[in-house]
Amino acid sequence: MKAMHTGGLNSVLDYGDRALLLTFDGTTEVLTWTDALRAAGLPGVVDIVPAARTVLLKLAASRYQASTRQQLTQVRPRIAAAAESVGRADIVIDVTYDGEDLADVARLTGLTPDEIVTAHTGRCWRVGFSGFAPGFAYLVGGDERLSVPRKSDPRTKVPVGSVGLAGDFSGIYPRESPGGWQLIGRTAAVMWDLDRDGPALLTPGMWVQFRAVSS
Amino acid sequence: MRGAALEILQPGPLALVEDLGRPGLCHLGVTRSGAADRRSHTLANRLVGNPDDRATVEVTLGGFAALVRGTGQDAVTIVVTGADSEPTVNGVPVGTNSVHHARPGDVISLAPPRAGLRSYLAVRGGFDVAPALGSRSYDVLSGIGPPPLQRGDVLPIGEPGAAFPELDQAPVAAVAEDVLELRVVPGPRDDWFADPDILVRTNWQVTSRSDRVGTRLIGTALEYRRPERQLPSEGATRGAIQVPPNGLPVILGPDHPVTGGYPVVGVLVDHDIDQVAQARPGQTARLHWSRPRRRSGGIAS
Repeated sequence: MKAMHTGGLNSVLDYGDRALLLTFDGTTEVLTWTDALRAAGLPGVVDIVPAARTVLLKLAASRYQASTRQQLTQVRPRIAAAAESVGRADIVIDVTYDGEDLADVARLTGLTPDEIVTAHTGRCWRVGFSGFAPGFAYLVGGDERLSVPRKSDPRTKVPVGSVGLAGDFSGIYPRESPGGWQLIGRTAAVMWDLDRDGPALLTPGMWVQFRAVSS
Repeated sequence: MRGAALEILQPGPLALVEDLGRPGLCHLGVTRSGAADRRSHTLANRLVGNPDDRATVEVTLGGFAALVRGTGQDAVTIVVTGADSEPTVNGVPVGTNSVHHARPGDVISLAPPRAGLRSYLAVRGGFDVAPALGSRSYDVLSGIGPPPLQRGDVLPIGEPGAAFPELDQAPVAAVAEDVLELRVVPGPRDDWFADPDILVRTNWQVTSRSDRVGTRLIGTALEYRRPERQLPSEGATRGAIQVPPNGLPVILGPDHPVTGGYPVVGVLVDHDIDQVAQARPGQTARLHWSRPRRRSGGIAS
């Protein structure tokens, strides 16, 4: 029997016998459903892992897999109006826009470097979800003109604090690591500090305002 | 015993403090981590009458020795589970999965096991080192948690819980010496592959490039149906079998990144995941679909 889902949920796939992978057309649907799933408090769900096109539900035991699948048919995400970001920054991140890939991004987008900076700082981004590394937040909702592919030859070393673009996302590297994002700048803001109360600077739902500063 | 502790004399190739990890922190980009062989770790705690949340020492390939320290004459209750490391107290064999007592001044030793990879040393009361983000587990990828043990480190022993050890010895199947037979739930991305059944037709070999992040297999490479296509990163779990562009599967371990961009051809059934934690480089692994694959991959609702 095919269960019917609403609000952009494409499919529910078994992920082993102790998790379910929900697939969606876009990140907006992912975030809407993530909010709804958190609010639903489904028994047996021990973690909810949103990503660009999917949400992974990790379950406490395999006996929850079938019942969770059934309960998903009852979840009704609220399709909220696109949230307004004007004047709602939860945090301001100062960035020196001298990234190594600025010229490439200019070429890919048809914008000048100055226009890239204006686009990146002109509107608040929102933290969609985290992944890849502790403190690495995927920012969504920025200027659509900044959508660029990843680098075809990723770097083996991206410096800590690098500010980058990839697909529809912007992000800041919390530590030095390999990476394929297009680097447009750098920040001194500390993305991850285990000793800080709230070790991750950026957490899901936060509105982020980038601000251009000279180094 | 007040003031009881274990002083590390020799850590061996890798000795880590582990517990059941830090679940529920994916929103921070932090993976659960925890003991690689959860079953053996949990058994160790049960045998010494510990609550499930206590930390043990995960010893990889033996070579481990530690000195019991403390005041007074009271003994520390200990057990070693997992790969048979022929544990001794002051040179006297005590057996695996077998509860014993050690007094201040005694030396506990674990030898390199003949079969399997990881052994778990538990003490009644657990190892009471400072937790990070709610867990005493060391995550080798992010570096969160108490660092790998070194000679001279002192692990305080915690207060025992209310329960008392009930069993002296647990009848547990020995760790497999030869071929690992593992069951895999197909998908969710088996449809990304030209011939996903290569996974279950191949005698895979575990390579030495394996660690707590992933167990890497070598054998017949799986080809993507469309090599130019990129999968947006998605959430992953321990036991997921990721296939990077080179076509050689990686079974994700406890320290896997929260999300990954390589397609997952299948995920080990939960019951079989702990066996992978005991897989030695050079060991053969055969994978079996736990149920038939759907033509379109996974199960769409």
